[in-house]
Amino acid sequence: MSSRPLEALQQEEEEREAALHAENVRLGFWVWLASEAVFFASLIGVYVALEGRSVAGPTPTDVFDLPVTTLATLDLLLSSLTMVLAVVSMWRRNQGAVKLWLALTALLGLAFLGFQATEYSGFMRDGLLFNTNVFSASFYTLTGFHGAHVAFGVAWIVGLLISAFRGHLRPEEAHKLEVAGLYWHFVDVVWIVIFTVVYVLGTAA
Amino acid sequence: MATAERALRLPEVRTAEERGFLSWLMTVDHKRIGVLYLLTSTIMFAAGGVEALLMRTQLIRPDNAFLGPKAYDQVLTMHGTTMIFLAVIPLAAAFFNYFMPIMIGARDVAFPRLNALSYWLYLAGAVILYSSWFLGGAPDAGWFNYVPLSDAFSGPGENFYILGLLLTGFSSIVSAVNFITTIINMRAPGMSLMRMPVFVWGTFLWSALLLFSAPPFSVALILLLLDRIAGTGFFVPAAGGNALMWQHLFWIMGHPEVYILAVPAWGIISEVIPAFARKPLFGYRGAVIALFAITSLSFTVWSHHMFATGMGPVVNDAFMVTTKLISLPTGALVFTWLLTLWGGRIRYTTAMLYAVGFLPVFIVGGLTGLMLATAPADLQLTDTYFVVGHFHYVAVGGILFSMLAAAYYWLPKMTGKLLDERLGKWSFWVTFVGFNLTFFPMHLSGLLGMPRRIYTYSPLLGVDVYNLLSTVGAYVLGVGLLLTIVNVVRSLASGRKAGADPWDARTLEWATPSPVPAYNFRVIPLVRSRDALWYEKHAADGDGRVRPSEEVAGAIHMPGLTYLPALLSLGLLVAAYGVNFKLAWLAALGGLVAFYSIFRQMFEADRGYLLEPRGESE
Ligand code: HEM
Ligand SMILES: [Cu+2]
Repeated sequence: MSSRPLEALQQEEEEREAALHAENVRLGFWVWLASEAVFFASLIGVYVALEGRSVAGPTPTDVFDLPVTTLATLDLLLSSLTMVLAVVSMWRRNQGAVKLWLALTALLGLAFLGFQATEYSGFMRDGLLFNTNVFSASFYTLTGFHGAHVAFGVAWIVGLLISAFRGHLRPEEAHKLEVAGLYWHFVDVVWIVIFTVVYVLGTAA
Repeated sequence: MATAERALRLPEVRTAEERGFLSWLMTVDHKRIGVLYLLTSTIMFAAGGVEALLMRTQLIRPDNAFLGPKAYDQVLTMHGTTMIFLAVIPLAAAFFNYFMPIMIGARDVAFPRLNALSYWLYLAGAVILYSSWFLGGAPDAGWFNYVPLSDAFSGPGENFYILGLLLTGFSSIVSAVNFITTIINMRAPGMSLMRMPVFVWGTFLWSALLLFSAPPFSVALILLLLDRIAGTGFFVPAAGGNALMWQHLFWIMGHPEVYILAVPAWGIISEVIPAFARKPLFGYRGAVIALFAITSLSFTVWSHHMFATGMGPVVNDAFMVTTKLISLPTGALVFTWLLTLWGGRIRYTTAMLYAVGFLPVFIVGGLTGLMLATAPADLQLTDTYFVVGHFHYVAVGGILFSMLAAAYYWLPKMTGKLLDERLGKWSFWVTFVGFNLTFFPMHLSGLLGMPRRIYTYSPLLGVDVYNLLSTVGAYVLGVGLLLTIVNVVRSLASGRKAGADPWDARTLEWATPSPVPAYNFRVIPLVRSRDALWYEKHAADGDGRVRPSEEVAGAIHMPGLTYLPALLSLGLLVAAYGVNFKLAWLAALGGLVAFYSIFRQMFEADRGYLLEPRGESE
């Protein structure tokens, strides 16, 4: 074990293992996202199937505030951009920039959650509680699950930020940041579908 | 500086893996997880079997009063739910876990910790479902839990169904991600996709099916839970909801589910038959293509379970066509096995008996399936015992027989001890006769109009004798299955040593010692052909041993033990009870524990340890 060639072999082996692990994490995460996509597709399908079937209470046109939601959508889009910049900075081994862009992404994510909180409380004031009608139930369920994903993402990014400050997020471990980025873009894309189907098409009709 | 840092990161060296009781709670070894799956699913199978016997005892004669309607509904629902979600899927997971990584020449799965998580989530789901018996009553709306039988005004048991199956569904998705990644990324040098054993293809497609069918079902479960505890009306027509939506969401999972049960069975049969016919599988390529075709088509047929709901002739016809289409690749698979047997030098070991016994009963189940897929005929047959007979020919004759074949084939590898062949053959014949005696008469009572899911029947229906035969058959079947359990226990206590390759078999798992050491292969093998071991035994330049892919065998880096997967699923278990009893603090507590273990896991580096096996010659 202490002889030189074995030591060198061991090191080689370790590097190969680390590379394989990074590959596994990347691929595994894509596969996981496939099932997440089916999950959200089903929720959106349920929303559409029940659209316009509420027997009472406020309807989408009564409560939606499109300009504000558009701003929130732009905010989330922007956060995808800052996330990309964080990953690119990681590839360029610029740790300072990684921290900056990660912090910005987390802040933009928080802003989106803030938007959602004010939106929800406004709706509640308008009398749209969770179980008021099938619109409210399917709306809150769909956007609630999305919001929970955003919240999880923010916690994840904050975790990465803390590792970065402690010097644990080394360039060889770029995959850790890449999958967080992948997740973040996924959540963003889901929101764009929700925005289109629920908000834009829902009030256009 | 650099060496100091490296020394800090260098994992400790051990000469053996840990073995105590706690190590089972913390293990990440795919083989030990496989053993946990096997034990748990066998216990669940026994529970489902006892429930079946309770039902058959109630049905032994007309107007019997052994189980009342309330108890019958619970036993019926728990039987179906247990068999499908807690017995057969995890039984498949047991064999996949243990053998798939070895068959592709890997040391473990891609994510050993997630693998442990899958098991603990499954166990938590089983605990929730079975605790319902003691917490107000088991679910009683049937295994497909249709609304309005399961709506906010029905019994308390449905919550356990919902929460339990949410956890097992999550478990399945985690397994699926793990297995797919493993198969794509972790194959040994030379193990190209088209050299993989069909069993490994089975693992891959099983995972794909679960990956895409579990999420819609989870959505359905969540919505129903909200209807029940938060007063929403997703499935309540009076509130604008749609009751039929449950049926659609359920069967989008429910039909692929059939193949989730069947694909592992086909994988097993495709290993056992070539091993004992001593011939390569006939038409390997065709079999793989057929499996792919079945997997994709299985997502297009779900509404054949809903012919009677009034979807209209056009929709019915469409689903009738897609369903019948599936029988083509399935038929092709059957011919694959038949033509493998053709001209083989067959050895009728117990494993082979179960595999060959599988063929006729599976064909019968398939043919009655084609009858049911004919919409006009289905309107007559649906909800009768004909359906019960049909799907048990597939579920017991098809799937259970193949699992028994797998047990007789692979247990010697897992335990290192042979099973008794004489007792094994007895078990096969008793099981086979008991099986046909139980389920064949159900077709006849069904054709005579006996409805399913009813706790009793009238003597005027003229089905007494069929029910009597069924019940007698069920007890015979039970004895047959017990003989296998006795056989396993006896083999563990005093079985003869199996040796590495007791069957003169074909695939890589037989190139490892029995039981398989923690690291599977001392050196990762070099695969030179399909049926890698068989090739080395018979190729001109082969010496009967699988070649190593590298020269030097250093210490082996093993993943470290961890309690985090078990803790995560404990957190979710607690949270589920919190939701069930509407105790917000309990739900929050469980959620926090789960959240903690997820984040701990995400940001904690696993250094693992280095294993330097002593006195290992392989
Ligand atoms: C081992 C021997 C078995 C026996 C004796 C047995 C017997 C029965 C009986 C008597 C019923 C009730 C029919 C009714 O009242 O409508 C039933 C239902 C059912 N069984 Fe089995 N069964 C066995 C194994 C299995 C297996 C291995 C599976 C699945 C993989 C399975 C899945 C089901 C399902 C899904 C139902 C329907 C439950 C429902 O309608 O909600 N059974 N079985
Ligand atoms: Cu089906």
